Amino acid sequence: MKDIRYIFAIKEAMEEEMERDERVFLIGEDVGLAGGSFGASRDLFKKFGPRRVVDTPISEAGLTSMAAGAASCGLRPIVEIMFMDFVTCAMDSIVNQIAKMRYMFGNQYTMPIVVRMPEGAGLNAGPQHSQCLEAWFAHVPGLKVVMAATPYDVKGLLKSAIRDDNPVVFIENKTLHAMKGRVPEGTDHLIPLGKADVKRQGSDVTVVAVSRLVNEALQAASDLEKDGVSVEVIDLMTVQPWDKEAVFNSVGKTHRLVIAHEAVKPFGIGAEIAATVAEELLDELDAPIMRVGAPFVPIHYSLEKAYVPGSRDVKNAVLATLQRA
Amino acid sequence: MGKPGKEQMIEFYRQMLRIRRAEEKLMEVFSAGEILGFLHVSIGQEAAPVGVCAHLRDDDYIGTTHRGHGYAIAKGIDLKRAMAELFGRKDGYCMGRSGSMHLADLSKGIMGANGIVGGGIPIVTGAGFAAKYKGTDQVAVATFGDGATNQGTFHESLNLASVLNLPVIFLCENNGWAEFSPRPVHAKIENLADRAASYGMPGVIVPNDVVEIYEACGEAVERARRGGGPTLIEVKCDRWYGHYVGDAQKYRGKEKVDEAMAKDCIKEFEARLLKEKILKPADVEKMQADIAAELAEAVDFARRCPYPEPEDMAVGLYV
Repeated sequence: MKDIRYIFAIKEAMEEEMERDERVFLIGEDVGLAGGSFGASRDLFKKFGPRRVVDTPISEAGLTSMAAGAASCGLRPIVEIMFMDFVTCAMDSIVNQIAKMRYMFGNQYTMPIVVRMPEGAGLNAGPQHSQCLEAWFAHVPGLKVVMAATPYDVKGLLKSAIRDDNPVVFIENKTLHAMKGRVPEGTDHLIPLGKADVKRQGSDVTVVAVSRLVNEALQAASDLEKDGVSVEVIDLMTVQPWDKEAVFNSVGKTHRLVIAHEAVKPFGIGAEIAATVAEELLDELDAPIMRVGAPFVPIHYSLEKAYVPGSRDVKNAVLATLQRA
Repeated sequence: MGKPGKEQMIEFYRQMLRIRRAEEKLMEVFSAGEILGFLHVSIGQEAAPVGVCAHLRDDDYIGTTHRGHGYAIAKGIDLKRAMAELFGRKDGYCMGRSGSMHLADLSKGIMGANGIVGGGIPIVTGAGFAAKYKGTDQVAVATFGDGATNQGTFHESLNLASVLNLPVIFLCENNGWAEFSPRPVHAKIENLADRAASYGMPGVIVPNDVVEIYEACGEAVERARRGGGPTLIEVKCDRWYGHYVGDAQKYRGKEKVDEAMAKDCIKEFEARLLKEKILKPADVEKMQADIAAELAEAVDFARRCPYPEPEDMAVGLYV
């Protein structure tokens, strides 16, 4: 094991997979000479050159579909979208093309493409540089959606995403870029897609979380331990397809469920998980399901701290499920 | 590349005729309710697909649009399986999932028709990217109409292909109509090929004549194969049957439609071949009969194919 930062774990994952497979390449705005806006591809241009680390014009729609075309011809592109907000310029590419090309052309294609993007607040970057849009993509058949909360996870999940033959929307988090954590030595660290991770065992309440809110939930869990409340924290890691079995097993044990994400609460992924549990596991619940998410307004520049949900919101939601038993 | 020989001219004629007859057959079965959804035919625009595909190998790529039957046929799609797809049957190219608007045969480099105007242009640019990445001499041809040249993806793709020096031919069939709006509504300039200059690539204008298209495409394909980068080619053509089959074209008027139909790229070419004694009337009759038989067989095949079962709906959605 070694201690590395989240952003460096992303770089290592890409570097190792590019070394392993000649078909893998990185493409995006400023990924080459500049080493990526957040430094995720630092030194990769020097190592692999402009053929495999491809700087493009500011053309999210064009470059994403171009990568899709390359993927359909046997290459394995990693597309970097600088901020998740900018992926909205490439929605035709991802929703109408990438997600459907295999299906609508009668399975003639595979579409091994990873579209990476950092989401979330934390830089006071305002309404168009801070959004969390994972639910949009989770709603589109044909895509996989992955979110990573730690350096360990981001490396193992990204390597698996690059090796996956399906299109993967890979969501990183800007506030986690500097996070340090333990990551295995060597190049074999893979985390399977579609599996959740129980980050903390507990018996009273289940908290299902993604990305930054996993760490917030862990903080809440350790605070609540002092009050004698035992919280189980499940990191979903793959949002589409999500690990229903892991969530159901946990709810079957705790009988209380909180779902936490940074995206706005209405129509977020929490709604899908809550609805599924209500449909299929209602008898197991001892209290109403609680959701933690941002308020239904665009992200506020100067009130960012008040806007984003954190450990205190998770803690309050957990306590609410206990009070309403 | 040079000029086409006699045999090639005959083949041009035959392929144009195949496309024309195939689409007439499609209109017939569509009107009878055997084909679902929308049908967009390219009747009157057969010269471009035949002119460009004559230069392409099976491993070259082509991307088409909602009006893309002609290219699929000229690039070598199997008419039986194509017909089965339009009939929504299980043995169609896309398992009956997509119909006319998404015909694809990757084994022949037919990357698939796209229902989003301009959506396919960057995808085909990506095929050119892949060819360059792998170091092959394959080329990729993006086909689209004048309407698509106002989408961002058109401009982004031309710029990307130019900056990255990709082996891509951008082939615009300017039929003068973006769905129901004439060119002056959607572009200030008359010649869309002028847009090539903004991206530092050659822009070529050709009339709706198979030989002229063949020659212009030959030059562009040859340049792309030897690493000389992309070209924009604009074919000046016209649209006979409106945006979709059943479009009454009230926005245009019968007189104008008749005028468009009077200029027929197939009839004109046929007259030339007969005059130059490259073809005899008996050859034309034989060709017509062979094509009719081929199409009858394709329709028969499609009719006999089963529909997909509901349980096939999600098969292969994920690998």
